Amino acid sequence: MNMMTGVSPWERLIRPDRVHGSLYTDPEIFEAELKSIWYRTWVYVGHESEVPNANDYVVKSIGPQSVIMTRDERGKVNLLLNRCSHRGNQVCSFERGNARSFTCPFHSWTFANDGRLVGYAFPDGYEGQDKSQLALGRVTRVESYRGFVFGSFATDGPTLKEHLGGAAETIDRLVRTSPEGEVEITAGFLKHRVKANWKFILENECDGYHPAFVHTSIFGVADSMIGKLYGGASTALTRDYGNGHTEIDLRPEFRKRDAPMSWFGTSEERLPDYTARMKAAYGDNAAREIMIDGTPHVMIFPNLFIAEIQMFVIQPLGVDDSVQHVTALQFKGAPDLNRRLRQQTMGSVGPAGFLLADDSEMYERCHRGVLARNPEWIFLGRGEKRQRQDEHGFTVGHVTDEVPSRGIWTHYRKLMEPA
Amino acid sequence: MLSRESSATLMSAITAFLYREARLQDEHRYEAWEKLWTDDGVYWVPANGADIDPERQMSIIYDNRSRIALRVRQLMTGKHFTQTPQSNLRRLISNIELMDQQPEDGDIAVASNSLIFESSLRDDTLWAARNEYRLRHVDGELRMAAKKVILVNNDKAIYTLSFLV
Repeated sequence: MNMMTGVSPWERLIRPDRVHGSLYTDPEIFEAELKSIWYRTWVYVGHESEVPNANDYVVKSIGPQSVIMTRDERGKVNLLLNRCSHRGNQVCSFERGNARSFTCPFHSWTFANDGRLVGYAFPDGYEGQDKSQLALGRVTRVESYRGFVFGSFATDGPTLKEHLGGAAETIDRLVRTSPEGEVEITAGFLKHRVKANWKFILENECDGYHPAFVHTSIFGVADSMIGKLYGGASTALTRDYGNGHTEIDLRPEFRKRDAPMSWFGTSEERLPDYTARMKAAYGDNAAREIMIDGTPHVMIFPNLFIAEIQMFVIQPLGVDDSVQHVTALQFKGAPDLNRRLRQQTMGSVGPAGFLLADDSEMYERCHRGVLARNPEWIFLGRGEKRQRQDEHGFTVGHVTDEVPSRGIWTHYRKLMEPA
Repeated sequence: MLSRESSATLMSAITAFLYREARLQDEHRYEAWEKLWTDDGVYWVPANGADIDPERQMSIIYDNRSRIALRVRQLMTGKHFTQTPQSNLRRLISNIELMDQQPEDGDIAVASNSLIFESSLRDDTLWAARNEYRLRHVDGELRMAAKKVILVNNDKAIYTLSFLV
């Protein structure tokens, strides 16, 4: 709070239709974000299907911190910090595996995969120590929604369900695409690094204004129907769910087409096994509806992006250093669909993807651009006058409008301002 | 078994082919590079190691022949912004070897190392890879039936890779 003016610094940097360029480039703001966002709010960490068996583990992250997601012997999912409680060495140096315990290579302290210290080398000399006080650090709260595991370092605050709010329904919509109602993350991740602030990525995920321009090279040469979804004449919507969660709702366009699997550029005839399983699981009418609507295009604040056929996880490493972890969504009980999902994902995203390579180029150019000090602001006013409330009270606008960015920044300011 | 003499002739033809491929890539001569492929060519850049199953696991590139053509067409538009402007590239190809295990179908298994210097708007980047080829004689010319590029750091987060690697 600025005592002279009564205006908080965040109020000066974030206005309804514009934000200050320094929000993307100031290292002190980045450090403040780690504390107020990444180490406080709910952050997506991993999916339960990545640790299917007892004692499986996979190394994940929250911001720059390495987090080990384990499934212990009792089947419980734990999020442990990858730091020995003795001298700080990383206890796990493999990306995944199956282990009942982790032994630190430095002085051989050993921790169970639920975090308990089970032993140290040469225990004489540690007389009177309470082992229970020397466990691995943990992510304070761990909750899962339909297999998606989130962690929060805050001891209290909203529950995951409260944090997800209206956006939980998009995850419900996603899992319905499986005849068994479950997503599986089994194809491994591509890790795409960019020299840009993480918020350029966050905002771009539900920016429906750029595809017609940034992706013109691939829309021009591929037989793709994606381009039409983002034109001026599109009936698709942008939506602000609150809590920083944003969506591009493509259902109006898919419903106009009224063709099952058109959202994925294919047809029922080309996926007969999948279609039959969906109809058996949900009944003819509901299955048809699900297969017309397709999967959501939703950005769960601050780091989980579900982009119809793939999942992205945003990881900030520094003010101008970020990684997008990308993989194909896989739906339980849908092998024929999954194969196509993998093939299309490999074509479109990752460091050499037809789409993401150009998006990444834009993030990096934006980052270098905002280092210029004048004009100071990023303008986000598109569609401000024509946005409206939908039947659930969420703000919606045209697919090319900046409703999502404004929603993200409103929530950002709430998190960053001291209560 | 090839005689020593014919092996030397083959090796020099292979070396010339790999150098030529490298030069076409460095100079962004996409159409000429595409002509080096056989009709059933597969262009594979695995992620997370060398031995993943590309039919099950994500790869950085896993292109069949028609997707190779699409990749080239996107580069030719001049609006693939991550190659507009184009990276300045020079690569060194070395350690060229005929592999001990040769395929039974008459294709030639060859491997090399490559070190690529890329200068782009972002920065200067050094890429290193093991390349494995299956080459085939088609109408008296060598062609690529398969190229696998195993980046040394393919298990890490890597910057955009939008040139022909």
